[in-house]
Amino acid sequence: MRRRVPLTLCFIAGLFMAVQYFIPHHNVAAAYERLLLWLQTLLAFAFLLGTVSLIRVHYHKVRDRAPDRGFSIVMFVGLFLMIGLGFFHPSHHAPGSPFNRMFLYVQVPIEATMFSLLAFYIASAAFRAFRARTLEATLLLVAAAIVMLGRVPIGDMISARIPEATRWILEVPNLAAKRGIMIGVGLGMMATALKIMLGIERAWMGGGD
Amino acid sequence: MMRASLAVLSVLIVALSCGWASAQDDPVPIETGLAPPDTIPDILPPAPATDLTAVDLVDNDDAGDKIELTWTLSPDDAGGMRDVTGYYLWRSESPDARGDTLALVVAGTSSFVDDTAVPGVPYYYAVTATDGTSLSGEAAFGPVSGRRDWFTVSRLAVLVLAAIFFALVLAFTRLAEKGAELFVRRIPGLNAIEEAVGRATEMGRPVLYVPGIGEIDNIMTIASLTILSHVAKITARYETPLIVPTARAVVMSAAEEVVKEAYAEAGKPDAYNPDNIRYLSDAQFAFAGAVNGIMLRERPAANLYLGAFWAESLLLAETGFEAGAIQVAGTAMVSQLPFFVTACDYTLLGEELYAASAYLSREPKLLGGLKGSDWMKIITIGLIVVGIIMNLAGADAFVEWFHTN
Repeated sequence: MRRRVPLTLCFIAGLFMAVQYFIPHHNVAAAYERLLLWLQTLLAFAFLLGTVSLIRVHYHKVRDRAPDRGFSIVMFVGLFLMIGLGFFHPSHHAPGSPFNRMFLYVQVPIEATMFSLLAFYIASAAFRAFRARTLEATLLLVAAAIVMLGRVPIGDMISARIPEATRWILEVPNLAAKRGIMIGVGLGMMATALKIMLGIERAWMGGGD
Repeated sequence: MMRASLAVLSVLIVALSCGWASAQDDPVPIETGLAPPDTIPDILPPAPATDLTAVDLVDNDDAGDKIELTWTLSPDDAGGMRDVTGYYLWRSESPDARGDTLALVVAGTSSFVDDTAVPGVPYYYAVTATDGTSLSGEAAFGPVSGRRDWFTVSRLAVLVLAAIFFALVLAFTRLAEKGAELFVRRIPGLNAIEEAVGRATEMGRPVLYVPGIGEIDNIMTIASLTILSHVAKITARYETPLIVPTARAVVMSAAEEVVKEAYAEAGKPDAYNPDNIRYLSDAQFAFAGAVNGIMLRERPAANLYLGAFWAESLLLAETGFEAGAIQVAGTAMVSQLPFFVTACDYTLLGEELYAASAYLSREPKLLGGLKGSDWMKIITIGLIVVGIIMNLAGADAFVEWFHTN
């Protein structure tokens, strides 16, 4: 019984979502929109669970005097400061408000910094990937060199054929490989969805009967 | 008096200057008996638009109130006199009257969606070209009425192929249940998971499992949770700590349930630590930064990245590589696969992520799904080959049947 109810709900919801794709009727579309709205409501409430988990984990670190508890204290300061500014400062979304400033001048730059690290990580990963130890790695190196040259003006200055070769690599072998993977992914998604709907696959809710 | 005379004189000079300048700007036409072409009054109406058709439009929210009109442009639109400025669309409930103006669309437009139709009411449509001063003759079509449809005919191909696929999956599942041996190729990445957990156990360090940053409605996240269940059983058996950082609160709740159940099934419910299933942040790079922090501070010996990943994939995998952990990744996000292939020891490519649960559990019912997918791939390849041949032979109907909207 403990499993049967969620499995039945899962089957009904899954079947409806699959069938609505083929039914354009206004009433079905309205029901679909309503379901998505429910999902959004559910996610909003779940956010509270996430916050409780965050506080619990870091509280335990501070309480147990874990070696890295300093980070937990920073987390608490940030969390409660933003909650306080959001709740108690009028018009917190207005430009120039403390909440808005904290977001624009603290969170956004920190996230931008993390994102920009990607450039260095790509360089270090590419350095390893392009070491021509095997035939495949050599082919990768040659293809990457052509694509990189074809994407910058100097490639065209060396030879007009380099941008052409770049386009060919991206539009023929690269796209063919991508599409091959995507067909497999699509079928894998459908098979997984079917197995979940029919209750064949139950590990996602902890397994068991 | 003198001042007044000077003022009058100034005005006269200015007026004469302006008149002279104006005469310079607008030279008098030479009397040739013919007026310049741009002064011919446009008394001819433009040529009419033709081939007006109107059909009930079926979209994803079909209330029967949309009718799509298409027509062939007037010859005077892009060519001919090039004087068409737009098209008037008319709608009537009677074939004998032109009815009310529905819309005026600009020149070059050859389609319009009337979204004010009352379902079931027959309408007569007309289109006339205009050059701004006169109207052309009309092209008419009708009657046509909107209706609330119950099936999108253009998606019939999807329905047929999905039905074939589901039938194959169910047939192979039944076959597997009856005891048929189903061959599944070796997937090194999945074999490596147990090896990675074993290594973490030997080193006395935790296993890090990242289920991606997708929401719970993402099928990759669901597939990841099924793999998490198997991984949790292995870590429970070895009594190795399993850290699961999540970017979505619902995923965290589901992961808690999955891991707790797996530990209970493995007979080690006391080994389950709820503090290890952590919600970090919904923000993509805040999450990446927090996971990197876990890698560097808690030093997991095995990092498993299985699920939906975007730009944070390489930030995670490179940090894990630098930290010296054995890494297994798997995603169906094609654009992130190269990053994982480069930075991880093993990578599950696309569909292998969905095959993982069946592969790891070896349950016959789950293996049936894999076989069904394989056969569907063969059918898909066959259809692609037939489509190419038919297209080359000029028989486009076959390929057209697969077009959806």
